[in-house]
Amino acid sequence: MFLQLLANGLVTGSVYAIAALGVSLIYGILRLVNFAYGDMMAFAALITYGVNGPLHQSMIVATLAGMAATAILALLIDVVLWRPLRARRAGFMSLFLASIGLALVLRQSLLLFGSAQPRTYKVNPYRVFVLGSIRLSEAQVIAIAGAAAAIVAAGLFLAYTTTGRVLRAMADDRALAAVAGIDVGRAIRVAWLISGLLAGLAGVLAALVEYSFDPNFGFQLLLPVFAAVVLGGIGSAYGALAGGLVLGVAQEVSTWSGFAGGVNPVYKPVVAFAVLALALMLRPQGFFGRARVA
Amino acid sequence: MNVLASGSFWAFVAVVAGIYTILALGLQLQFGFAGLLNFGQVAFMAIGAYTMAILVVKEGWSMWLAAPLGVIAAGVGGALLGVTTLRLRADYFAIVTIVFSEIIRYVATNENNLTGGSQGTIALGKVGTASQYNGEWASFQTRVQHALGFSSSDATMLVLVWGVAIVLLTLTWLAVRTPWGRVLRSIRDDEDAAASLGKNVLAYKLQALALGAALGGVAGLFYAWEFSFFSPTDFEPLLTFFAWMILLLGGVGRVFAVPVGALVFGLIFAGTRFLNFAPFSWFASDERAYLRLIIIGAIILLLVVLRPQGLLGKKREMVLE
Repeated sequence: MFLQLLANGLVTGSVYAIAALGVSLIYGILRLVNFAYGDMMAFAALITYGVNGPLHQSMIVATLAGMAATAILALLIDVVLWRPLRARRAGFMSLFLASIGLALVLRQSLLLFGSAQPRTYKVNPYRVFVLGSIRLSEAQVIAIAGAAAAIVAAGLFLAYTTTGRVLRAMADDRALAAVAGIDVGRAIRVAWLISGLLAGLAGVLAALVEYSFDPNFGFQLLLPVFAAVVLGGIGSAYGALAGGLVLGVAQEVSTWSGFAGGVNPVYKPVVAFAVLALALMLRPQGFFGRARVA
Repeated sequence: MNVLASGSFWAFVAVVAGIYTILALGLQLQFGFAGLLNFGQVAFMAIGAYTMAILVVKEGWSMWLAAPLGVIAAGVGGALLGVTTLRLRADYFAIVTIVFSEIIRYVATNENNLTGGSQGTIALGKVGTASQYNGEWASFQTRVQHALGFSSSDATMLVLVWGVAIVLLTLTWLAVRTPWGRVLRSIRDDEDAAASLGKNVLAYKLQALALGAALGGVAGLFYAWEFSFFSPTDFEPLLTFFAWMILLLGGVGRVFAVPVGALVFGLIFAGTRFLNFAPFSWFASDERAYLRLIIIGAIILLLVVLRPQGLLGKKREMVLE
């Protein structure tokens, strides 16, 4: 039972991890807590549903289409909204509030044009993969494989490519990076592109794991993802990945009956928040965060 | 059909604006004067309303004792939140406050024995009985109505809400003019400078957070009295965002900008109900509910981009940087 919960936790946690990475990347570069990220995930899930369902494409093609559409959306929003706000040097507070406004517009537009009915992808709900005492559904296997691939790809990209180093340098110290001759505008576009792709993948995988989803589900995902970002230290890419995995596992394992009877599963989200609160009391800047932002 | 001509509709709009005024006044104190980014204000509304309702229904308390206790509970909730989180950086604090409000809502949804769960206050009492916490308030409201010689209960509620709102606004206006208020503003503008002058920054922030939370509790009480029933879905984060929009509409750093913002917001929110002309009429009525929130989100965006200091805000004192 414990191993099964651990496996479920890794599935949830890996989805949180890639979503948190997308949030953290943008925060690192732009100091923007993107409240609309959950709704970008929901957007991707809906586009993918459209390609997978009515258009009868395979899940892989559909997912790629959803990711691409979300990346384009992220770049468009940057041009229309974030770039003008940057030009007038809007601070943290303005950006946060603007992202809340954007989240409302996005989510309600999805509800308006996509309707609130629940949807399900065409995967086989009866196919089960057995690994020792662990049983995983097809959706769970796809989710963990997709997320693991994305985590490895993103990790390699950030560690070894020039663009990846540029992004980390900017997250570290934007002024210094600009002085060093980095093309800030290009780096921002790359960051949105990656953040959009990650939001897209995370949205589709989360929808797969939850089995049925509607346009509201992105917002419900957003808070655990934010918790993961804060846990890892806002702006730290590796911290976001670690935070996501830790929270996902903590949520599932907390329901284990060997663990003082286990937590009632309805409180799984609260467990994530409790872990966050505890961790912040011990280390207010998160696992990998710095105490102060310049 | 013509709702626009009905007095009770407009009285309702004004009552809701009054409740929002008290809610957003808490944010004004916390953010406008102390620089605290509290995005969980709706939680304190929930704490105030639930404390009152639970004490009345389950413990049989008089509402006149239960209501102040609700306000105190909200204030204590704010203080407890602050003790654990005020040391965090501003951005972490903002996220943790939203998380806090969602925890409160989760607990209210799932602790059926305490709160009635997702069925709301109707399930507070014994199984099979529809419980009410509002009896004492209703009879009080009737007495006030007779004393004022009003014919409608909506108008009476309007007087009561706005009477309390004006008292609270005035008290806040006076408080921020005291040395205490000046210290708060100095913390908002430069925390290190205030600390270097020997001010206990954490204690001042904690006081601002607790007082603002208590104001949220008062708003929760009036919300409960106005609607005679509530459930956890009444306390979604959306309400906090409405309060922020009011703060932005009115202007940050000015106490009496809050009621202006709340009234404008009330008009926008009520007005968007009547979007029954093209192109809005192309949508079904349930779809127009989405449209309404799209418009509100778009207004938040436009405000942030075009007029971050709000209608009446002082640009010089703008902390929205």
